[in-house]
Amino acid sequence: MKNELAVSPSPSVEEIEMDLLLEGIYRQYGFDFRNYALSSLRRRIMNFARNERASTISALQDRILHDRSWLDRFLFALSVNVSAIFRDPAFYLAFRKEVVPMLRTYPFIRIWLAGVSMGEEVYSLAILLEEEGIYDRCRIYATDINEPVLKKAKEGIYPLELMQTYTSNYMKAGGLQSFSRYYTAAYDRAIFKASLRDNVVFAQHNLATDASFNEFHVILCRNVMIYFNRELQGHVHHLLYESLVMFGILGVGAKETLRFSPHEQAYDEIDKAAKLYRRVA
Amino acid sequence: MMSFQIITIGTSLGGFYALKTLLGVLPQNFPLPVAVVQHRSAEESDIFAPLLASHLQLPVLEVEDKQEIEGGRIYVCPANYHLLVERSHFALSTDAPVLHARPAIDVLFESAADSFGEGVVGILLTGMSRDGSAGLRKIKEKGGYTVVQDPTTAEGRTMPQSAISSMAVDRILSIDEIGPFILELCAGQRGAA
Ligand SMILES: C[S@@+](CC[C@H](N)C(=O)[O-])C[C@H]1O[C@@H](n2cnc3c(N)ncnc32)[C@H](O)[C@@H]1O
Repeated sequence: MKNELAVSPSPSVEEIEMDLLLEGIYRQYGFDFRNYALSSLRRRIMNFARNERASTISALQDRILHDRSWLDRFLFALSVNVSAIFRDPAFYLAFRKEVVPMLRTYPFIRIWLAGVSMGEEVYSLAILLEEEGIYDRCRIYATDINEPVLKKAKEGIYPLELMQTYTSNYMKAGGLQSFSRYYTAAYDRAIFKASLRDNVVFAQHNLATDASFNEFHVILCRNVMIYFNRELQGHVHHLLYESLVMFGILGVGAKETLRFSPHEQAYDEIDKAAKLYRRVA
Repeated sequence: MMSFQIITIGTSLGGFYALKTLLGVLPQNFPLPVAVVQHRSAEESDIFAPLLASHLQLPVLEVEDKQEIEGGRIYVCPANYHLLVERSHFALSTDAPVLHARPAIDVLFESAADSFGEGVVGILLTGMSRDGSAGLRKIKEKGGYTVVQDPTTAEGRTMPQSAISSMAVDRILSIDEIGPFILELCAGQRGAA
C-alpha cells in the first residue's frame, strides 16, 4: 500500500528566501549549498538568523552578500563536524576482517577519506593499518570542504577528556595494543603521534563542485552525504564511482545507502551493517 | 474535514510501553505514515524497532537517510541521529543535540510542520524532558492537530505537562484513549491503495 503524499504546492516565503540566499551565495562566492538537504539546512539557517538577530532570511542575505566576514560566520554555522576516533567501532572491526585481507594483495594502496572533519577518521584508519602491518604501503588522501577544520585535522590534537571514550571505541574496533601509545597527553590535550600522518595528504576538496583527482583502492565517505539531497547524493556517488578502481572498496555512513547512486548495481555488499561495498562493474 | 498526511509521535522515559499501547491499536490498513522519536542513549543497539514490531500489526522500520515516507508504516528514529521530514522522504542528521537529546522530538515536529503544515498530527507522550513542546507549538501554529498524553496517566509527567502549560493543545487523553482517537480522527482518510 502506498500513500502518495500530496505536498503543499506553493513554497512558503521562508523557502523562497532560502532559495534566494543560497543562489546568491553561490553566485557571489562560489559555495554551492543549493542541493543540501533542505530540512536540516533550514534549521541551521534559522538558528543562525536568530543568534545574529536577523529578523528574516532576507535581512541575513543583505549582510552576507555585502560582507565577506559574514559569509565566514555563516559557513561556520552551517557546518556539522561531529566525528569521533573509531566512530562506529563495528565499522572498523569489519574493515579489519573483510577489507584488510584484500588490501594485503596490493603492492601500493591509495585511500581517499572524503569529508574527514577534524581528522578523527584519518587517525583511526592510520592506527588500524599500522597494526595490520600495511600502513607503509598506503597513501591516504584526507579531504574536506572546510579549511579551518582541515587545519585541525593536520594537528591531530583532541581534548584529553575524550580519550576514555576513544579507548573504548578502539578496543571494540579490534585494537591490538594499548591505545595510549598513539598519543601524548599534555595538560588537557591528547596529541597524536606525528608518524601517523607520515603517509597522509590533507587537501581541500568540495564534493559538490570539484572533480575526481585520482584512482583509489578504498574510498570512505561517511556521514557527509546525509547533508545532501538525493540529487547531490547521486552526483557525489558518480564522482566516487569514477574514482574507484575495479574491485575497489566504498564505505558510507551507518544509516546511509547506495539507493541514490546511479551505480548501485555496480557494487557488491561486503558487510551490510558496516556499509562496506566493493565495486564489481 | 481535515486531511492529515502524517502522524508524528515523541516520547522519552516510559515511552516503550506507551508506544506499544497506542500503536497496537492501529490496524494493518491504517492509511497514514507514523514517525516516532523515542529518546534513548547514543550507544543503544538497533533492537528497538524489531522489539516494538513484535507487539504491533503495522510494519516498523528504522529510518535510513532519505527513505521514502509511505502510508501504513511506522518509522522509528535510529539512536544518535535526528529525524527530519523532508517532503516526500525522511532525512537524518547529526546536528548538535537539542535540549540534550539526539534524536530530539522538536526537530521531528518542526520539520514535519514545515513540510506538511496542517497535514500533521503531533502526539507528545510520557517523558521527563521538556523536549517536544516547542515543536508541538509549531505544529499547531501551522494548522496541524496536537494531542498530549494526560500527565496523570504518564510515567514521566514533565514532558506532557510542559506542553500543556505552554500552549492550548487540541486534546489531552490517557494513553489508552489516544489510539482509538487517532483512528477516529483519520477515519475516512483516503490512504490510497
Ligand atoms: C559529520 S562530518 C563527518 C566526519 C567523518 N567522515 C565521520 O564520519 O565521522 C561531515 C563533514 O563533511 C564535510 N562536508 C560538507 N559538505 C562537503 C562538501 N561539499 N565537500 C566535502 N566535504 C563536505 C563537512 O565540512 C564535515 O567536516
